[in-house]
Amino acid sequence: MSNLPIIPVALPLVAGIVLALIRERTVASRAVSLLVNCVGLGVAWSLMMKVQSEGIQTLGFGGWAAPYGIFFAVDMLSALMVLVTMVVSTATLLFACFSLDEFRERRFFYAFFQFLLVGVNGSFLTGDLFNLFVWFEVLLISSYALMVLGSEGYQLQETFKYLVINAVSSMLFLIGVAVIYSLTGTLNMADLSVKLALVEDQGAVAAVAVIFMMVFGLKGGLFPLYMWLPRAYFAPPTVISALFGGLLTKVGVYALFRTTSLMFVDNVPFTLPVLIVVSAGTMFFGVLGALAQWDFKRVLSYHIVSQIGYMIMGLAIYTPLALAGAIFYIVHHILVKTALFLIAAAVEKLRGTTNLARLGGVMESRPALAVLFMIAGLSLAGVPPLSGFVAKLMLIRGGLEEQSYFIVVVSVLVSFLTLFSMMKIFRYGFWRSSESADLDETGAGMRIVATSVLVGAGIVLGLGAVWVLPYAELAAEQMLDTQGYIDAVLGPGASN
Amino acid sequence: MGIEIPILLLVGALLTTGVYLVLDRTLLRVVIGLGLLSNGTHLLLLSTGGLEEGAAPVLAHGVSTVVDPLPQALILTAIVISFGVTALLLTISYGVYERYRSDDLRELHGRLDDE
Repeated sequence: MSNLPIIPVALPLVAGIVLALIRERTVASRAVSLLVNCVGLGVAWSLMMKVQSEGIQTLGFGGWAAPYGIFFAVDMLSALMVLVTMVVSTATLLFACFSLDEFRERRFFYAFFQFLLVGVNGSFLTGDLFNLFVWFEVLLISSYALMVLGSEGYQLQETFKYLVINAVSSMLFLIGVAVIYSLTGTLNMADLSVKLALVEDQGAVAAVAVIFMMVFGLKGGLFPLYMWLPRAYFAPPTVISALFGGLLTKVGVYALFRTTSLMFVDNVPFTLPVLIVVSAGTMFFGVLGALAQWDFKRVLSYHIVSQIGYMIMGLAIYTPLALAGAIFYIVHHILVKTALFLIAAAVEKLRGTTNLARLGGVMESRPALAVLFMIAGLSLAGVPPLSGFVAKLMLIRGGLEEQSYFIVVVSVLVSFLTLFSMMKIFRYGFWRSSESADLDETGAGMRIVATSVLVGAGIVLGLGAVWVLPYAELAAEQMLDTQGYIDAVLGPGASN
Repeated sequence: MGIEIPILLLVGALLTTGVYLVLDRTLLRVVIGLGLLSNGTHLLLLSTGGLEEGAAPVLAHGVSTVVDPLPQALILTAIVISFGVTALLLTISYGVYERYRSDDLRELHGRLDDE
């Protein structure tokens, strides 16, 4: 038992408090946040290496024995998610330092940014159901604050809706926790995995499974509960949307992966068939929404929904190959989607709008941005040899091996539509000639650097898939091996 | 056992009223509805440990009746969280009202979409 798993949570927590105290000094705030994020990146890397060499890491707080205290349990999936979180948050932070207005910077932006990371990392690392709820609330409250920061009319209205929807889903989460606690008397997820099978009233377990699917479906933006997402992500400044679009929904997806694999696959027979339908609906209706939109940010927001369908597809097929594909897809998606949002933010800085009908000519004035968009957009659509291709190939192969032809057909169709929609943005936003003039801008170079980091990471992920895949495969293997997780948390033999 | 049934009925009443109010189109009623929803949920959480009259969540020598302390710890956390969220929600609703001089969501909808 080492203290390493708590550092990705403790570090941003302390940094957030410090940043709240020095909010008037913007230069110092930027330096402190960037420094802390770089250290966090190193910690996340060493945590992943430790998980790879020594297996699942656990950390119990307050010296309580296994199922009683609050536990952090870090397997490869958690470690990968924390690492990719730190990568995208560092790049987004760099971008924000050179694009956000002075007003927002002084109004606790950097502090809330760190608190958001506390919540995200905590959700990825915890092994306790109620603790997961608490980390969710930490990240949600920070996201409310970041979303409403600046208090423009549209932001206020959309944040109100976003807050109400998330507050209702948190209540559902608590109801699920209450029911599961009354059934089993435990909240430790490894312990629940053992005890749920022993519950007499399996109907109640099925009800709990449905509650949790709804909760994480709402938070993760799954069909048919994604309606709130595109409008909410349109409201804040684009750089903040980039952070949300990359990270927040994926926490919901991660929680669905974790709870489903540990608690519901073995106990509730209809989990996987329902998830197949949900994933097909998420993919298809998300991409249809994107096709109907004429705004850079809105198109990207609908694509978040569509892409989440692919992750759920991997979970629903539930074989080592498909799960490894889904985990690879999550990593790819977080990097590429954040990069696309950052490009949208850079274009917005350049032209003052993200409406495709009024954009154009970015290729002439900023060729670097156009190239970056081309790479990221093709990667999102799944064109070889970029990372999206590797991820989709694994998912489709996984689907074919299990003879789930329906979902495979839908996923291929949605890929084509994604490509179409990316080309629409490229054609109208970047390619065609335009009369509109560039705005006077400062810090454009650093914004391109920040975006290039992510696009570069995406390229490495695609071309160097051979090096990354073992980690995804290990994560999938650990996810399927629930007994290994249980033994790591409760101690070997405790489940008998 | 007897004490749980009325509590659960109360939970049901609170949740129904809460859902009804959340579906309303007035901002303030939505806020109040969320408050009722969270109170109902907290009561449900409290009742999961089993309710025992006259017992404390402390186990000491010579004490025979105790209640499960965990649900009490859980709702304490949940109450603090919902308090914070409600405060933020009230601030945002007031911001919306101050800007548009209306708290009817239907009326706000058309106006804000034009921006």
